[in-house]
Amino acid sequence: MTANIVLSAENVTLRYGKFVALGDISVAFRSGELTSIIGPNGAGKSSFFNVISGARSPTEGKIVFEGKDITGLPQHKFVHAGISKSFQITNIFPQLSTHENVRIAAQATVAGKNFWSRRASLVATDETARSLLDEVGLGDAGHRIAAELAHGQQRALEIAMALACSPRLLLMDEPTAGMSPEETKHMVRLIERLAASRTVVLVEHKMKMVLGISKRVIVLHHGQLLADGTPGDVRNDPEVKRVYLGQGAH
Amino acid sequence: MPEAVQIANSRSGSATLAVAHSIEKHRVAAVVMVLAILPVVLPYPALAINILIFGLFATGFNLLFGYTGLLSLGHAALFGAGAYGCGIAIAKLGLDLFSAVLCGVALALLVSAVIGALAIRTRGVYFGMVTLALAQCLYFIFYQWVSVTGGESGLRGVSVKRIDLGPLHVDLLNPMQKYYFFLLFVAVALAGISRILRSPFGAVIEGIRENENRARASGYSLDVMKWMSFVLSGAFCGLAGALNAIHLGIVSIETLFYTTSGTVVMMTLLGGMGTFFGPFVGAALFLALEDIASNWTTHWQLVAGLIFIACVRFFPKGVWGSVLARTVG
Repeated sequence: MTANIVLSAENVTLRYGKFVALGDISVAFRSGELTSIIGPNGAGKSSFFNVISGARSPTEGKIVFEGKDITGLPQHKFVHAGISKSFQITNIFPQLSTHENVRIAAQATVAGKNFWSRRASLVATDETARSLLDEVGLGDAGHRIAAELAHGQQRALEIAMALACSPRLLLMDEPTAGMSPEETKHMVRLIERLAASRTVVLVEHKMKMVLGISKRVIVLHHGQLLADGTPGDVRNDPEVKRVYLGQGAH
Repeated sequence: MPEAVQIANSRSGSATLAVAHSIEKHRVAAVVMVLAILPVVLPYPALAINILIFGLFATGFNLLFGYTGLLSLGHAALFGAGAYGCGIAIAKLGLDLFSAVLCGVALALLVSAVIGALAIRTRGVYFGMVTLALAQCLYFIFYQWVSVTGGESGLRGVSVKRIDLGPLHVDLLNPMQKYYFFLLFVAVALAGISRILRSPFGAVIEGIRENENRARASGYSLDVMKWMSFVLSGAFCGLAGALNAIHLGIVSIETLFYTTSGTVVMMTLLGGMGTFFGPFVGAALFLALEDIASNWTTHWQLVAGLIFIACVRFFPKGVWGSVLARTVG
């Protein structure tokens, strides 16, 4: 059981002054699973996402990745360790080409500080960028300026960028935020495709979408762990129904 | 938007495009060729030498400002460190010109390493303020340290009359010979800057300019990358300062004053930040403007200021940036 744990949060507490954003949460993510973290607004989803992606250090508790304690490491070190993320609000390099966006992300663990070689000599990063753009469905948009892509395409681009460092854990913060139903459908299919060969953790607001694709669902409420189980378990959990479904599921 | 990407995405005709492409590909050669005819077409070579030196200064500054997205208001310290490092080596230590230039670049590297390390922790306008304050500190240190720097009256005796390059003798009292001798340094520096911009690191600093969050989330330490950019920028600005010291034969204390920092910001904005040719275009326009306006009024800065305001208002991408946008955009 513990053998295939990729990342675990152990007794994680996050406080802002007196406010407790996360109260003593312990969760372990298993290799190869698509796990979703859900909860109503203010449940602590984003705080939890920030803690496991390295954007914030927990006030108490530990983050263990592949057996190593990585609590308190700066965020870029999380990437080098093997944890990558996509943001809720699209974060790309708008004035650079789509290909260059992914290429820059791909060279981070290889040649970021190299200021003398030619970029073009890094054939491997070019290849990575090209195949990732193919994988997220942007194969023929490589030469376009990222700012000119449609919203859904930019989201897909950001995911390609997050995958560029070959992470062993991919964290996604509301990947369908602000998307049209059509774009959402595309994104869900993309996530399912990615999750087939990767470990993915998803933070989402849209309950219905999450239950459809996740292997495991974690429910947060007021910074506490409310439920943890299969989509079926969670759907039937009376507590979850009360705090979440009761207010009208999406 | 970088020239290469802009050209690649251009919607204009294929002939213009092909030209733009090949200029972009051989951009160092293109700048050096234009610079090579500059002293012939300008009324007097002193103006050309100033354009050469300040063009290099602005290009080095642009590495940090235009490509990394950090507005330093303290680059006078790096230019000045290069000038004083080179000047002291010649006037006080009696070193030869090449060693003296290396001393200037080394001192600029040291100063930029320290200022950079302190300033990169801040962002936006605070970055500007910290660099400005630290540069002013250096100004006051050099102002007070009369025995080494000459203080208020400047560092005198930075005279190099001739250089022997194997069989070739360069007479530095001859402005034309001095110009082409300096052009060698500038050509090498431009090749270096171009190479840096095309390196993996060059891609990262553009990423940082575009989106710091994404750069960090992609696995880059912003502190390390920004510091490297600051120090590399310092090396080229220091070289420009060193050449300026040799050119004038004296290093005045104003070299380190904050107005020098302002001048390089104006030149870069005027020409077009984040473009390879822009800083030289800006330096040439600024210096030509100064030259013309100061002939008929002592308040030439007023004229320069008004024209600067007009340029920023009507050509927000700078003169070269606008040319680029119009021809290939």
